[in-house]
Amino acid sequence: MTFILILISLVLIAIVAVQIGKVSDLTSKIRGEEEVQEINNKKQGLYSFIFLFVFLGGVIVSGAYYQNYFLGFGPHIPASAHGGELDSMFKVTLLLTGIVFIITHILLFYFSFKYSGRRNKRAAYVSHDNKLELIWTGIPAVVMAFLVIKGLDAWNDVMADVSPDEEYMEIEATGYQFAWMLRYPGPDGLIGEKNFRLIDGTNPLGQNWEDAKNLDDIHVDELVLPVGKKVRVRITSRDVLHNFYLPHFRVKMDAVPGMPTYFVFTPTVTTEEYRQQLKDYDEYNIPVNPDDPESPLLWEDFNFELACAELCGKGHFSMRKIVRIVSQEEYDAWISGQASYYDAVIKGTDSDPYKNSEL
Amino acid sequence: MENAVIQEPQISENDLIEKNGFDDHFHDHHHGDKFQSNFITTYIFSQDHKMIGKQFLITGMFWAIIGALMSLVFRLQLGFPEESLAWLKPVLGKWIVVNDAGIGTLAPEFYYALVTMHGTILVFFVLTAGLSGTFSNLLIPLQVGARDMASPLLNMLSYWFFFLAGVIMFVSLFVNTGPFAGGWTAYPPLSALPMASSGSGTGMTLWVLSLVFFVVSVLLGGINYITTVLNLRTKGMSMWRLPLTIWAFFITAIIGLLSFPVLVSAFLLVMFDRGLGTSFFLSEIFIGGQALDHVGGSPVLYQHLFWFLGHPEVYIIILPAMGIVSEVLSVHSRKPIFGYKAMVFSILAIAFLSFIVWAHHMFMSGVNPFISNIFVLFTLIIAVPSAVKVFNWIATLYKGNIRFNPASLFGIGFVSMFISGGLTGIFLGNSAIDIQMHDTYFVVAHFHIVMGVAAFFGMFAGIYHWFPKMYGRFMSDTLGKVHFWGTMIGAYAVFWPMHYIGMAGVPRRYYRFDAFGTFSHFTELNQFITIAAIVTFGFQLLFVINFFYSIWYGKKLTTKNPWKATTLEWTTPIDTGHGNWPGKLPAVERWAYDYSKNEGSDFTPQIVPLSEAEKADASHH
Repeated sequence: MTFILILISLVLIAIVAVQIGKVSDLTSKIRGEEEVQEINNKKQGLYSFIFLFVFLGGVIVSGAYYQNYFLGFGPHIPASAHGGELDSMFKVTLLLTGIVFIITHILLFYFSFKYSGRRNKRAAYVSHDNKLELIWTGIPAVVMAFLVIKGLDAWNDVMADVSPDEEYMEIEATGYQFAWMLRYPGPDGLIGEKNFRLIDGTNPLGQNWEDAKNLDDIHVDELVLPVGKKVRVRITSRDVLHNFYLPHFRVKMDAVPGMPTYFVFTPTVTTEEYRQQLKDYDEYNIPVNPDDPESPLLWEDFNFELACAELCGKGHFSMRKIVRIVSQEEYDAWISGQASYYDAVIKGTDSDPYKNSEL
Repeated sequence: MENAVIQEPQISENDLIEKNGFDDHFHDHHHGDKFQSNFITTYIFSQDHKMIGKQFLITGMFWAIIGALMSLVFRLQLGFPEESLAWLKPVLGKWIVVNDAGIGTLAPEFYYALVTMHGTILVFFVLTAGLSGTFSNLLIPLQVGARDMASPLLNMLSYWFFFLAGVIMFVSLFVNTGPFAGGWTAYPPLSALPMASSGSGTGMTLWVLSLVFFVVSVLLGGINYITTVLNLRTKGMSMWRLPLTIWAFFITAIIGLLSFPVLVSAFLLVMFDRGLGTSFFLSEIFIGGQALDHVGGSPVLYQHLFWFLGHPEVYIIILPAMGIVSEVLSVHSRKPIFGYKAMVFSILAIAFLSFIVWAHHMFMSGVNPFISNIFVLFTLIIAVPSAVKVFNWIATLYKGNIRFNPASLFGIGFVSMFISGGLTGIFLGNSAIDIQMHDTYFVVAHFHIVMGVAAFFGMFAGIYHWFPKMYGRFMSDTLGKVHFWGTMIGAYAVFWPMHYIGMAGVPRRYYRFDAFGTFSHFTELNQFITIAAIVTFGFQLLFVINFFYSIWYGKKLTTKNPWKATTLEWTTPIDTGHGNWPGKLPAVERWAYDYSKNEGSDFTPQIVPLSEAEKADASHH
């Protein structure tokens, strides 16, 4: 039924379209092609000019309306130390491209309007202008040079690995279809070896239990980090490509099977502080469930999140983990409450190489 | 009286060709045109470049409609995830899962298959074959003054390999395990392992097979385009007298010839990994409850190989559109294209740079961050020749006498789209900003506007402009203008809001957004985009109706040069036969852009010899 309706409406549209076409052909026969073309030029030139205002107006108004989505605007502040560098790079680029966008669009549509064709007019024979062309090659070149230098300065700063004398903590995130596994090093601060051939039902990461560094390693369900502490995330994958993506922290890095990658960042805002700043924005003061006014407000329910940003299969959209940024004291309390995976699951089982020996 | 004015230059044109033209004795050798004597050799296995161009165009349109319909289905999923899609069950079958309450849901694996197929089809079948294939075939022999392509046989094979690729891709849509669903980039291990994604089984095999045939088609076509431009230019047609369309098609073909084989090598290695147990791209994988034997491979290597084609590919798509727009804007503003040489050099610069920027797709892939420094530099340098082109198009309109019709409108629309989409490239090309923007809707907005919509606009401009040459009739002007404004507004309505969603951090290729608090509160924008997409699609149907109606019932051409253009294709008869020119080949006396130069007529065709005054003027410079 739907199909027939769609078919009928398509046929109707076709008939209407063809008729409109015929009518306009008829007018050009009556009035002479050149006159019709001139009237048409005037009209379309005017439409172009109107479009200029509608379009630029729409861009500016919608941009202002959605300004809180822009990087570094409104509540969309970075929650990491390096995030500000990205955001300021974004703002500079936005300003420069915005200027070019507006000027070129004004010229494009104003010229279309101004120089719409007339019967008694002729175009000017202007084929080139070396000086002008040199200028408009030179200016973009200079602007690009500026953006490249500023951008690479930020990039090399953000992507720098930790230096050996620095204080940092290292954790590991492993993507698999379709979730993340998070591993913390335990009291020794070191992440143990793993081998994909050792993976089985009780050893999801393939940790080698003969490596002593593994014995205190902790598996956790939430990414909990102390505020202000530099963290190096070792990012690995068990099967296909994934991407370790923390939108609020401006962190993104592919997880590649067979090749560990890393991202170094420092959280600067606790979850609670971030919630408090969201509280000031109307869009975060609505109930989580619009049908239930009693449900918590969006800002109360807010959490930092870990997502996957590299297509990894049919469950790609569901690889969520909650990220909690807490004070050092809260972190210490939390981590000391976590048992090592070896102690909790492996110890004393057949997989335990120390089963029959005294440790 | 009016007729006499139009007729007058035509007579002299034919005389000019007979007087100055080059006699290749073509018609002495082709009695009765043995290559186009029956229905099959004329319409199916045609070796005439004009017919092959039409074949590419109509096949491309078929795929464009399929690809667009796919996008509508997944847009419905994104905009209205709670609405029942049970009504699609008759078409999509088991991929619509209907629950007890009668609510039909799109299966996630099919959502990803739709996204993958949409990308593959649009990038390769529509914007490469449908755009470059159509206009290179149609215009290269006509505009350089050749009887046909250097090898009409290879040219015919080029189309039929494309057709075969299409058949295989179409078949793959109906495979039991589903079409390939690993994204158009087909990154391994996802694309290599059927246990990672059901579409990576038979679906992927057919997908690769189809694209290998497609590459054969591109290479056969490309080698022909290059040879024809280099060797079959008519008397007087020096490289610096070529219209910009030809420069664009020529350089596009060279890029394709250099980059597509690399794609095939990447595909071959994936197939080795799948079938022969090699480990080019696979290493240390535990999947489906077992550890695989592959060690030592690198998925990143595939990405290097893929993007070594993949990036030039976007210029393979956009350069022909740029060439078409340059020509169309110049003809309809009755002005020479501004800065012809700068336009040529910027095409060359873009083509060269397109080969050394590929890793800007891979900033966040785990490549050494140091490498990115080089790729950021070259990527942002591309903005310079691109900016030059934009300024030159705008300057072409300046002091023009613009004739508005669907062709010129789409030309102007192209410039707007190219500006909007090009500028967001400056964000993404800067690796620091890309950390946040990579794989978000900002990227989706960027590439759809700059190479999707813009390339389509170039294609529409070309179709409206050369339709009279193709079919001897006009498309309806009024419908064309309605089509333009609907598409212009519609395309911005679809893709502009994606910038906002992307800046807010929403990743692309998500089947639903409600698993994440951060990504779930954009329902209104997503609904708006979906509705805008449906409406914009409706305007494209208007174009399709206009196109097919006009082939048979459009207003007939009464003069062979309806746009008063200078280039050679308009010196051929309205009903252009095999061999293009009935007598001698035209000789070229000047460049392609003498509009509004001399007294009297506001254009001077390429076949008109320089006047004494012009010669004197030229010797001054």
